[in-house]
Amino acid sequence: MTEVHLTIPLPPEQIQLLHAGDIVYLTGRVFTARDKAHQLLLSLPDSKLPKELQSLPLYHCGPLVKKTDKHWTVISAGPTTSQRFESNEADVMARMHVSVIIGKGGMGPKTADALRTTPGVFLAYTGGAGVLAADQITRVVDVLWLKELGMADAVWVFEVKEFGPLVVGMDAYGSSLYAHL
Amino acid sequence: MTTQNITKGIIELIRTAETTLPRDVITALKDARHNETGIAKRQLDTILSAIDLGKKTRRPVCQDTGTQTFFIEAGCDSPFLGSIHECIHTAVRHAIDDVPLRPNAVNPLTRKNETDQTQSLLTYWTMIDGDTITIHALPKGSGSENMSRLRMLEPWEGFDGIIDEVLEAVFAAGGRPCPPILVGVGIGGDAITALRLGKESLLRPVGTRHPDPRVATLENDLITKLNDTGIGPMGLGGKTTVLDVHVKTASCHPASLPVGIIIQCWAHRHATMTLSADGTWEVR
Repeated sequence: MTEVHLTIPLPPEQIQLLHAGDIVYLTGRVFTARDKAHQLLLSLPDSKLPKELQSLPLYHCGPLVKKTDKHWTVISAGPTTSQRFESNEADVMARMHVSVIIGKGGMGPKTADALRTTPGVFLAYTGGAGVLAADQITRVVDVLWLKELGMADAVWVFEVKEFGPLVVGMDAYGSSLYAHL
Repeated sequence: MTTQNITKGIIELIRTAETTLPRDVITALKDARHNETGIAKRQLDTILSAIDLGKKTRRPVCQDTGTQTFFIEAGCDSPFLGSIHECIHTAVRHAIDDVPLRPNAVNPLTRKNETDQTQSLLTYWTMIDGDTITIHALPKGSGSENMSRLRMLEPWEGFDGIIDEVLEAVFAAGGRPCPPILVGVGIGGDAITALRLGKESLLRPVGTRHPDPRVATLENDLITKLNDTGIGPMGLGGKTTVLDVHVKTASCHPASLPVGIIIQCWAHRHATMTLSADGTWEVR
């Protein structure tokens, strides 16, 4: 089990060094997207796509946050089930220049192909460990479409520090720890 | 005044369920960690750290604070029969800000968030003798609930048919419901009852077997077979796919064999409140 501590953004050559089964800790910015955000990111015209999200890791997460005096506190923010995004993740990855997906439970063949061509990786955060993930989020940088989509489905930009342990569940070479499923 | 105090008790019930895990679940997770190596062990280490942190900081362990689900055993002679329904609703409304809970109620068709977030709470009532009301809170996330299923088997399919169904459901779920999971299997009744029995069976302590030896054997068989799938913690492979399997049965029509399979994530959050006739309550 190789363990690496990486800073976002991850250049392609760094992604190509990662193999299924490796442990990764990430530091930098990530953005969240669940069901509604995936649809929105695919329906917006190019000119309306938020530039600040481009090339950041996409985190499958519907966080629990609380606002106190104009200040957001992340209470619990673990991963949501990634398979729900299998049908359109490859398109979102291409549109938003995403090469790192963070989620849980693994994804299907369409995403596996996109990870091979990008190159990209699927990193698994331990599901249910939301309170631990929240403590590795050091700052809420921004929130998009909060009113339209609601707390869980809005797009949150988080600053994370030593976010993990993340397991490389699927790598850029087509290897997957979920192959036994 | 008394109803305010009862509402306070139910908020405490929800907070306890959301922020702490029952001791039997923690014991099962620790046993699992002991048996695992490598990535599987790492997953269980992370899980146990999260449980500790949730308890220490009184924050919900998982961001999916679930659908607020209550099983209520209502004593016919309790003086609070008329007010308990309202108390539960008021408590959930307060808990959303207090605990806090994630707004999880949407209209099923428009998918828009409901203005009143208590609209999705679920209550399952059983009338019992006596003057005590027992409320079990079982907030349940959708990652695991989405993997639940109902099958109306042919009666001749029997034990083998039930085992096949459960194996198929767990295998199809794979890493999605946050394994190691708990599986509640309701057998008998009608379609509604089978699923309800499955969910109710999750309230039984982890590691305990059904009193009927034939059913206990079925549970043991299922545990062995499900762990042999190798799905493992978070679907990343390993020896532990289930923490336990509970079966609950009810008599049924001779032409039916309903099987309700409820999948529950490792974060098996639940707590119980007992409300006595004098208005005092206890949460455990």
